[in-house]
Amino acid sequence: MSFEWPWQYNFPPFFTLQPNADTRQKQLEAWCSLALSYCRHHKLYTLDVMEAQESPMFNNKKIERKLSMEAIQIVFEELRKKGNLEWLDKNKLRCLVMWRRPEEWGKLIYQWVSKNGMVNSVFTLYELSNGDDTQGEEFHGLEEWMLLRSLQALQTDGRAEIISMDDGKGVKFF
Amino acid sequence: MDRFSWTNGLLEINETLVIQQRGVRLYDGDDKAKMDVGVALLSTHRLIWRDNKNHECCIAMPLSQILFFEEQAGGIGKSAKIVIHLHPTPPNKEPGPYQQSKYSYIKLSFKEHGQIEFYRRLTEEMTKKRWENTPVSQPIPTGTGLQAGRTRAVGIVGIERKIEEKRKETDKNISEAFEDLSKLMVKAKEMVELSKSIANKIKEKQGDITEDETIRFKSYLLSMGIADPVTRETHGSGTHYHMQLAKQLGDMLQAPLELLSPEDLVNACKMFESLKLPLRLRVFDSGVMVVQLQSHSEEEMIASALDNVSDKGSLTAEEFAKLLGLSVLLSKERLLLAEKMGHLCRDDSVEGLRFYPNLF
Repeated sequence: MSFEWPWQYNFPPFFTLQPNADTRQKQLEAWCSLALSYCRHHKLYTLDVMEAQESPMFNNKKIERKLSMEAIQIVFEELRKKGNLEWLDKNKLRCLVMWRRPEEWGKLIYQWVSKNGMVNSVFTLYELSNGDDTQGEEFHGLEEWMLLRSLQALQTDGRAEIISMDDGKGVKFF
Repeated sequence: MDRFSWTNGLLEINETLVIQQRGVRLYDGDDKAKMDVGVALLSTHRLIWRDNKNHECCIAMPLSQILFFEEQAGGIGKSAKIVIHLHPTPPNKEPGPYQQSKYSYIKLSFKEHGQIEFYRRLTEEMTKKRWENTPVSQPIPTGTGLQAGRTRAVGIVGIERKIEEKRKETDKNISEAFEDLSKLMVKAKEMVELSKSIANKIKEKQGDITEDETIRFKSYLLSMGIADPVTRETHGSGTHYHMQLAKQLGDMLQAPLELLSPEDLVNACKMFESLKLPLRLRVFDSGVMVVQLQSHSEEEMIASALDNVSDKGSLTAEEFAKLLGLSVLLSKERLLLAEKMGHLCRDDSVEGLRFYPNLF
């Protein structure tokens, strides 16, 4: 299924940072929403800012408009404030994109575990994210760092425990 | 240099200034002219030169005198020049700084640069020959009668000139203020200084305002057409206020001329915006004109700007200006105002700045 662009994406002013404060607010919200859904559709968990500027997400070749680096940073800051983004370096060149927050992932994973009657079993992280059994699940292909955070959230909730194994980490669900 | 005539330096009706450049020295042929360095001005009709120190020393020649001209590049210690070759002197030429000259060309030496732009503009004017479309009156000659060069003394130009002369006879302050905006600014500055000093004195309570200052203040107000400032506070509201206001307007409208022609009134009203007065002249489709408050006008402008932009999908300031017959500056102001109010948004790209209806 191809990605459905929001109407703003083909509206040239969308790519110019608006000076009017109210207009800018609406514009940024639309950009945040677009960035998150784009990443979700393409299952992107990290972004390289320079690459992002050239990617279709911020660069609409059809109308020959792209978002400036300045504006991209502002959009990313909005996402960071909302808890959907985390910088990996202090130069703000790479970031983690959490189009789903760890708590939300944790809930999904736990639902699958309980639905399949696998509570009290132990899984390796790899089995969860890349095992045959999880094919077709949304969390299949989840990157390890994200998976770990999700399980930590469950752990805080008392629904799982992360354990160290010989060749990596595993988790037990309660 | 014997083609130049003395002039008062004022531009005639229909004559527009194209470019001016300081630091220009004149040459009579290859010899330095007897003048010092001055300002060279190019208008649609003439080439004018004015001495830096002595502004009374001002000379001009009609552009029609120019046969052809060329650039002379500068070098080490030599400024760039424009060499202008001239037609022979016409018989009815007004007196000038040189009675005669053995040269039929002059040079303009650009000691402070500007030669390239001046040359370009001169080329433009000499190509367009705008002076042929809108001949200006020759200055009233002191000795000789009507000259061959004085065309269209009757008709609209003649009537316009008569109005012009009549206006000059009467109250100089008001006519100067409207004709020469820079003089108005100077007067305004003086008035601001005076107002500040009066305000300070009141604040510091250092005695009364001197009679001299009061007189000066009143004379400024008078020169602006306000014989006695009437405010709501001093005269209350209601019919009494309106009576006084009407009287003041009446006085204002009656001075400086006994009758104020409709054209003068309309032209004065057209200047509200550029003089930053809080009034606007509004013209309806029917041709009816009204004077209204600026704030009222602003709302209408924003609404109409939004209509225009929506209609065309998007507009640049230049396109909007063309659509409305306004200057680009004014039309940009309107678009920015509509954007500030949230009705429009902008698209800023290498293609330029374009405004769209705010669909966000």
